[in-house]
Amino acid sequence: MKFDDTVRYVKSHEWARKDGDEITVGISDYAQDSLGDVVFVELPEIGVTFTQGTAFGVVESVKAASDIYAPIDGEVVAVNDALNDNPAAVNEDAFGDGWLIKLKAADPSQYDALMNVDDYKTYSEGLDE
Amino acid sequence: MNKQTPLFTWHRSHGAKITPFAGWDMPLQYHTGPIQEHHLVRRSAGVFDISHMGRIRFSGAAARDVLQSVLTANIASIEHGMSAYSLMCRDDGTIIDDVFVYRWHDEYVAVVNAANHDRDLAWFHGHAGNNELVIHDETRATAGIALQGPLAASLLELISTSDVSSLPRFGCAVIAVNDTEMLAGRTGYTGEDGFELFPPADTAETVWDRLFEVSAEQGVDFGPCGLAARDSLRFEAGFHLYGHELDDTTGPVEARLAWACALGTEFVGRNAIESQMNNGVPRRLCTFVMTDPAVPRQGYAVLDSEGNTIGTVTSGMRAPSVDVYAGNAFVSREFARTGTEIVIDVRGRRKVARVVKRPLYTPRYRV
Repeated sequence: MKFDDTVRYVKSHEWARKDGDEITVGISDYAQDSLGDVVFVELPEIGVTFTQGTAFGVVESVKAASDIYAPIDGEVVAVNDALNDNPAAVNEDAFGDGWLIKLKAADPSQYDALMNVDDYKTYSEGLDE
Repeated sequence: MNKQTPLFTWHRSHGAKITPFAGWDMPLQYHTGPIQEHHLVRRSAGVFDISHMGRIRFSGAAARDVLQSVLTANIASIEHGMSAYSLMCRDDGTIIDDVFVYRWHDEYVAVVNAANHDRDLAWFHGHAGNNELVIHDETRATAGIALQGPLAASLLELISTSDVSSLPRFGCAVIAVNDTEMLAGRTGYTGEDGFELFPPADTAETVWDRLFEVSAEQGVDFGPCGLAARDSLRFEAGFHLYGHELDDTTGPVEARLAWACALGTEFVGRNAIESQMNNGVPRRLCTFVMTDPAVPRQGYAVLDSEGNTIGTVTSGMRAPSVDVYAGNAFVSREFARTGTEIVIDVRGRRKVARVVKRPLYTPRYRV
């Protein structure tokens, strides 16, 4: 299981990576491992805004469809179209090629309040017990 | 507390994700995931634990006649060393279960769905009458191992003293592996060549292990496969799954299984099925491919272009070998024709699909 220490996490297992006021969002390696083989990813249009904790898309694995939630408030400025042809990238490289969207952060302080890698590791290990 | 198969410990120690299924703890998938397992079976060979499926043996002078009276297939036409697919129906033609029947000399073994095992057994007993018949439930005394894929025969040949390669499709025989005798059928649920082996429970792990040993020796790409891959393989090949395409309210005609009903014989449900064939049925099973990419799933509504509900999805997925999003659905019969455009309600979003010819994947042994 990989835990990227350059990103922040939320309890619903999305990660957020900060680059200026742009926040890249994906699901964690723990999340992709629990979901199993990803077969379809439904992402929003560019320009749509989401508030923290609302569903912005769906990741569908062989097993089930799971909503994915915005870790912060923001406007969608990019979506990972490569996942249309290769949804398995979410499994293979959850913190890299498997990224989902980029949000323009409405309130940068929200990012700072997210879980760091140690807190997320403790949190997700607790779920398996 | 779920039941566990004789191979449960093996699954646990080999990275299986275990899932409850029809009262059993079964492997859903192993490390590489269901899609790789699916491709492995299409390309080379894989092995499935199917010990959860019920195995019921019928012996005695009346075995054939009693089976004939409760199963839709022509049991009398199954020769020694052959097998057949059959349905078991109620008087009104609704399907209790779909089963595979193997004949070896004058004995028959019915392999039934795990979820229906108890009621099937009761149904068989209820129709046995005072006939000379012994019904023996061998589910716990044996295991079920499905070795599937184009290289299945060459692997089984290496661990068995019997000439398994000469068995025809749907043939069966008692074969020996490591001096243990077991029923083996050239049957399966994947659309590939393969065998289903029913060894004594206490020898299951030895048979299983031998397959891994010989495949490693021969450099054959081989591995264990779970229920998820079993589902995608059967789906592509157009095989029904009880609880999805078949249930207590479904009959053979609407499910496109009239071919499995021998109307020239007498069996429970025969007259109802004949009348459905003659008068038609209001809905039909169809297979569809998504025009708009989306994953159809069981229970989703099927709509016409005006948004009226015309049916329900029974199975759906990304079909790994044919590389499309596809599903099965029961729809009003006027929509079941190949080429018809339908709409799937995917969690509130309308996604266009098209009815296609079944099956999506033609089993290799039929080509």
